[in-house]
Amino acid sequence: MAGREVLTVRNLRAGYGDTEVLKGISLTVSEGEKVVIMGPSGSGKSTLLKCIVRLVEPWEGEIYLDGINVMDPKVNIRAVRARTGFVFQSYNLFPHMTVLRNITLPLEVVKKLSKKEAEEVALKVLKQVGLEDFIHKYPLELSGGQQQRVAIARALAMDPVILLLDEPTSALDPELREEVLETLRDVAKQGRSMLIVTHELDFAEDVADRIILMDNGVVVEEGEPWEILYRPKKERTRRFLKRIMRKLAEAYVA
Amino acid sequence: MLETLHFIIKIIPYLAEGLVITLQVTAVSFAVGFALAALLTPLRVFAPTPLSVLARGYIEAFRGTPLLVQLLLIYFGLPSLGIKLDPLTAGFVALGLNSAAYQAEILRSSIKAIPESQYLSAESLGMSTLQIYRYVVLPQAVRTAIPALVNEFVTLIKESSLVSIIGVVELTRRGEYLVAYTFKALEVYVAVALLYFLVCALASQTTRFLEKRLAIPGYTRGVM
Repeated sequence: MAGREVLTVRNLRAGYGDTEVLKGISLTVSEGEKVVIMGPSGSGKSTLLKCIVRLVEPWEGEIYLDGINVMDPKVNIRAVRARTGFVFQSYNLFPHMTVLRNITLPLEVVKKLSKKEAEEVALKVLKQVGLEDFIHKYPLELSGGQQQRVAIARALAMDPVILLLDEPTSALDPELREEVLETLRDVAKQGRSMLIVTHELDFAEDVADRIILMDNGVVVEEGEPWEILYRPKKERTRRFLKRIMRKLAEAYVA
Repeated sequence: MLETLHFIIKIIPYLAEGLVITLQVTAVSFAVGFALAALLTPLRVFAPTPLSVLARGYIEAFRGTPLLVQLLLIYFGLPSLGIKLDPLTAGFVALGLNSAAYQAEILRSSIKAIPESQYLSAESLGMSTLQIYRYVVLPQAVRTAIPALVNEFVTLIKESSLVSIIGVVELTRRGEYLVAYTFKALEVYVAVALLYFLVCALASQTTRFLEKRLAIPGYTRGVM
C-alpha cells in the first residue's frame, strides 16, 4: 500500500506530569490503510491516539493529519477533530439525547449542516451499522454493543479522513464483541483509513494491513499481521502474544 | 378537644394570608438567589483566579455566617451607610443573597459531576467549549441539580420565618399576633407548623414529579 499518507507521526513524546508515557513514537497510516496497534496496558496506546487530535497535549514531535500540521500552535484543532473520527473504549455517547440526536448534533453545530441534511446523513450511517430502528431510543436503553455501534456511526457521520479506535471492544462482554467487530469489518471494507488499538487477535489478522506492537512508550515491532502474529522477531512480542493467548484460553475455559 | 379543633379551623384563613406572604418571600428570594448563582457559578468554574476567589469568598461568607445575622445587618446595619430598605425588600435581599451562595454550590457540584469522558467525546467531534457546555454539560448538570435545588427551596420556605423578626407580617408573624390576642400558644403554633409542613411536603413532591419528567431514559443507577 503506497498511497498518500493520511497520518504521519514523528518522534512523538508525551506524558502526564513528570511521567513520560510516549518516548518517541513514529508511525504512518496511508490512505485506506488499516493499522492495528497492540501492546500491554500502560504502553501508551491510548495516549498516542488522543495525542493525534490533541485530546492529550503532546510534549514534542510532529503530527500531520491529511497534510495539516497538527502541532502548529496556530492550527484550528477543532477543524482537525471534525475531520477525524474517534471511538472510545466506553462509547461516550451523550445519554440525554436520542441516538439520532447524538449523531445530528455534531453535524449541525460543527459541520453546520441543516437539520434535514444532518438527519439524512445520520440515517445513512445508522443503516450502515444496522441500527436504523433505534433512532428514537436513548443510549442507556441500548446494549453496550449497540451503543458502541452508534458511536461508530457518529464517528462515520463526520466523514473522517481517518478513524481512530481506542480499544472499541474492551468494555464489552464477549458475546457483545462480535457484533461490534462485525460492524468494524464492514467499515474496513469501505476503504476508510483506520488506526485501531485492540487486543482482538482474529480481528487484527483479518483486517490489519499492518500491526504495530508498542510497549513502554516505544514501538517494539512493526510488520504485516502474519509476521507479527506468527513470526515475531522480538522476544518482547512473543511474550506479549503468549500472554494474550493465555488470557483467551482462560476466558474460554471460564 | 372539639373546641380546640374549631379554634384552629377558625384561625386558618387568617394564617393563610400570612402564608401567601411567606411563599412570596420564598419565591422572590429563590429567584434572586438563582439569578445570582447563575452568575457566580461560571466565575467559580471558569474565571481566572482573582475573580473565582472573589466568587468563592462570597459563597464562604454567606455560608459561614448565620442568616439571622445577615438579615439584621441588612435591615438595621445598612441604614448607617445610607441604604434604607423596607422590611419586605430587606427580606428578599438577605434571603436571596444567602440562597445564592447555596445554589451556586449546588450548580457547581452538578457541573463537576459530569464525567470527563463526556467532554472528551464532545471535543473529539470538534465542538467548541461553549457548545460543549450548552449541549452536553449543562442539560445533564441541570438534571443532577434539580433535587438539591428543590431541597434548597424547601429550606428557604422554613428560613423565611426569620423575616418576621424585622417586621414582615408573614405566617410566623401572624401566628405571634394571634398568640398575643388569644394566649393560645400551643394551638396557634401547631396550626402554623402544620401550614409550613403542608407547603414543604407539596414542594418536595414536585421533586419526584420533575425528576420523572426529566429523567434520562434508560438511566437507572447513579453511573453514566
